[in-house]
Amino acid sequence: MATAIEAPRAPARRFTATPGQMLLAALIALFLALFLVIPVVTVIYVAFTEKGTGAFTLINFYDFARTDLFIASFWNSMYVATMTVVLASLFALPLAYLTTRFEFRGAGIVQMLGFIPLIMPPFAGAVAMQLLFGRNGTINLLLDDWFGFKIPFMEGLNGVVFAQAVHYFPFILINLSAALRNIDRSMEEAAQNLGSHGFRLFRRVVFPLAMPGYIAGASLVFVKVFDDLATPLLLNVKDMLAPQAYLRITSIGLADPMGYVIAVVLIVVSVAAMGASAWVMKGRDYATVQRGGGGLSKRPMNRSQAIGAYAIVLLILFLVLAPHIGLFLLSIATVWSFSPLPDGYTFAHYARVFAESSVFIKNTLLYATLAGIIDVVLGTAIAYLVLRTKLPGRHWLDWTASAALAIPGVVLGIGYLRTFFDVKMPDGTSFASFWIVIVLALAIRRLPYALRACYAALQQVSTSLEEAAENLGATKSRTVRRIVLPLMMGGMLAGFVTSFATAAVELSATLMLVQSTSDAPLAYGLYVFMQSPAGRGPGAALGIIAVLLVAVCTLISNWIIERNQHLRSTRT
Amino acid sequence: MSDRQGVAVEVQNVDLSYGTNHILKDVSLSIRPGEFFAFLGPSGCGKTTLLRLIAGFNQADRGEVRLGGLDISHLPPWRRDVGMVFQSYALWPHMTVARNVAFGLEERKVPRAEIAPKVKSALALVGLEALADRYPSQLSGGQQQRVALARTIAVEPKVLLLDEPLSNLDAKMRVQVRRELRDLQQRLGLTTIFVTHDQEEANSICDRIAVLNDGAVQQVGTPMELYQRPANLFVASFLGTANILPGRIAGDGAGRIFAISDGAELPLPPGKLPPKQSKLVFRPQHAALNPAGSPGLAGTIAHREFLGAVVRYGVSIAGTEILVESPFGSAEDLRDIGSPVSVAVDVERVHFLDA
Repeated sequence: MATAIEAPRAPARRFTATPGQMLLAALIALFLALFLVIPVVTVIYVAFTEKGTGAFTLINFYDFARTDLFIASFWNSMYVATMTVVLASLFALPLAYLTTRFEFRGAGIVQMLGFIPLIMPPFAGAVAMQLLFGRNGTINLLLDDWFGFKIPFMEGLNGVVFAQAVHYFPFILINLSAALRNIDRSMEEAAQNLGSHGFRLFRRVVFPLAMPGYIAGASLVFVKVFDDLATPLLLNVKDMLAPQAYLRITSIGLADPMGYVIAVVLIVVSVAAMGASAWVMKGRDYATVQRGGGGLSKRPMNRSQAIGAYAIVLLILFLVLAPHIGLFLLSIATVWSFSPLPDGYTFAHYARVFAESSVFIKNTLLYATLAGIIDVVLGTAIAYLVLRTKLPGRHWLDWTASAALAIPGVVLGIGYLRTFFDVKMPDGTSFASFWIVIVLALAIRRLPYALRACYAALQQVSTSLEEAAENLGATKSRTVRRIVLPLMMGGMLAGFVTSFATAAVELSATLMLVQSTSDAPLAYGLYVFMQSPAGRGPGAALGIIAVLLVAVCTLISNWIIERNQHLRSTRT
Repeated sequence: MSDRQGVAVEVQNVDLSYGTNHILKDVSLSIRPGEFFAFLGPSGCGKTTLLRLIAGFNQADRGEVRLGGLDISHLPPWRRDVGMVFQSYALWPHMTVARNVAFGLEERKVPRAEIAPKVKSALALVGLEALADRYPSQLSGGQQQRVALARTIAVEPKVLLLDEPLSNLDAKMRVQVRRELRDLQQRLGLTTIFVTHDQEEANSICDRIAVLNDGAVQQVGTPMELYQRPANLFVASFLGTANILPGRIAGDGAGRIFAISDGAELPLPPGKLPPKQSKLVFRPQHAALNPAGSPGLAGTIAHREFLGAVVRYGVSIAGTEILVESPFGSAEDLRDIGSPVSVAVDVERVHFLDA
């Protein structure tokens, strides 16, 4: 024993971690267990047990398979998710290709406009789209007037597909653009040198190389759409899986096993879709920007090519920005029904919203900010533990946090209700009805994005910078504070913005967790307004406020990130 | 693939600018059929830009490029039939070695049945038939380089362009691959242009070299010509080591001297008629160290580098320093730093250059 005490501690520590790191890992593990693992496991457990007795059973799944409505809902969800990916690809592909590989004036603006649909609640856009593209919407009224026919853009499932594609295509645009930008120009030039050009060059060399980025974006869109609740509900499409789960829980009650079974199906499909995309991408993470490579080449276009390209880009931008235009018109319209444009204009809706509903705005800012902070703190801590320590099991933190991506908001909502319903607060109310629960759900849902951003930021910090600090006498924690965190700041902020912006318009989990209007965020208020024809004007005004809110916050942080990078690049 | 005739490449009065940045300045070159030709110069001299211009990836503002007499200046890259091996190799990571090599043949609509044997023979030419089904990421740097070469020669281009093909290889591989390149080029009789910043590479495998600096051709010639008769100071100092001494000519007839500075002067042989404003240039091995007091330039040893076969001395002479190389005999012969010596310059081997 005496020798053990005398043995120097340093060599032993090299193989594990400092007590501080272990404590940090334990706290993160506890958080993830309480607010992600346990609620989800609870949902799965309930799905496999007999109501009342708690015995293991498959009868619930048998019931699911025997119910025509559920089977039809399953295929409807599949159809909507698949077709959304197809349509979203049609939007994203030309935008990404034209703006990254050609000398395209305004490429930056196109990329930015292409990002905007993401920061609008999709269901808010859906209402606006009905007014523009619906049976008696602007486009169809004009078509009917001029040509005597109508096109059912917004009918049933196809309406959901259209609304979802417009909202989610930026995921494909962003990933595909990044992948296209990363293709070294020598890859294309080598093909040209060997006789290839035009579309063949794109099909045989460029697109296969950008495939990993495309798959990443497409699988994300598939999962998001498959799991989405609010858009189908608002378009009055109820025979899809997520709406069915929601309706079972809200109309029949927390004890009904069918909601849980549907939740399990949602999880399984999401995990399968992500697994399939990971499998397809395995070994294909091409890093083609090479030593001695020439970087990105942007080709000039001749006049007719340029005209064609701008026409395509403008058409797509019109389609994807239509909801914003429609929502804006709706927010200032007196009456807008059976006419191509509103009958008159007013600012009364904004006045009403500010007078009555400022609590929604306040709640949204509070919830999204808190969720963003939680995500960045967790994301940075997990990234640090994974990349900079040898703590056993550190990868599990990463995997668990990332797994939240495959957990539908509805499932998390059901899980929270079930798990925390019986947890009483000191004043006797249920923890499940406390507003903090909404923040936690938002944080868990957005954690994977923030984690990736923090992870990437830390990867870019060379370990030699830290070693230099330690060499000059800084301890581990001082090094983190003085070297690592300042250098990661840009990435952390990017993570915060992603979490904040998307949490501000999230509804799937929130819809289940909001217990009183005074605790409701903007997206919920919007949803409630949009339920009634009279509420549409104020609802639209609220939607426009949400978009502006998120856009302004995003712009400010982008500005900070860029300034930060500029400082760094001039310094080194 | 073996009995092809090489094609001449002519570059005529080519100018190229990016904005206000004048990259190529009135470049004219004439490369003979079947020649192994090098563009040699420091980084940023325009050599890669010139190569990419021949391949069609850059457009000249003025001037033309002719291939076997035909003007190809306005053909797109895919119509030029000019094979290029990229510095980064540019192997497509999503295709196997065989698919990479087959690509150009497929683009040329070669019948399917003929592609496989052509791929096979191209890979055989670089000794990689066994690796046809591998992906580029599974190959070493040297193997990737050979695949890139096989991919290019499989389409039987009229001209082969090599953009720093050895720069991503380690020193030992470099020597081996450059021999293989030379060997292959000789067998194919293919006109080949090789871009490099390494004079040793250019000297060892090329028939002729164009030295480029600052976007302009400085001199064209065989490696030996460039070394023995550099056309200007840049060529003299870029190829090998050179002593460049400013000074002035004084006296005339048999008494003509080159005055380096006060007290240090070289007698000149009657044959040499240098211009008035000029610099004296000679190689370190064209001077010898003699004991102090002997005829020549008096100085002291400032530093010494042992290079194996030779020892390079820095001798300071009246404020300037010149390099002298003497063959290494034994340790006793080495001269110590600070010791006085006399430098005898072989005046038959000196040049006078004015720029």
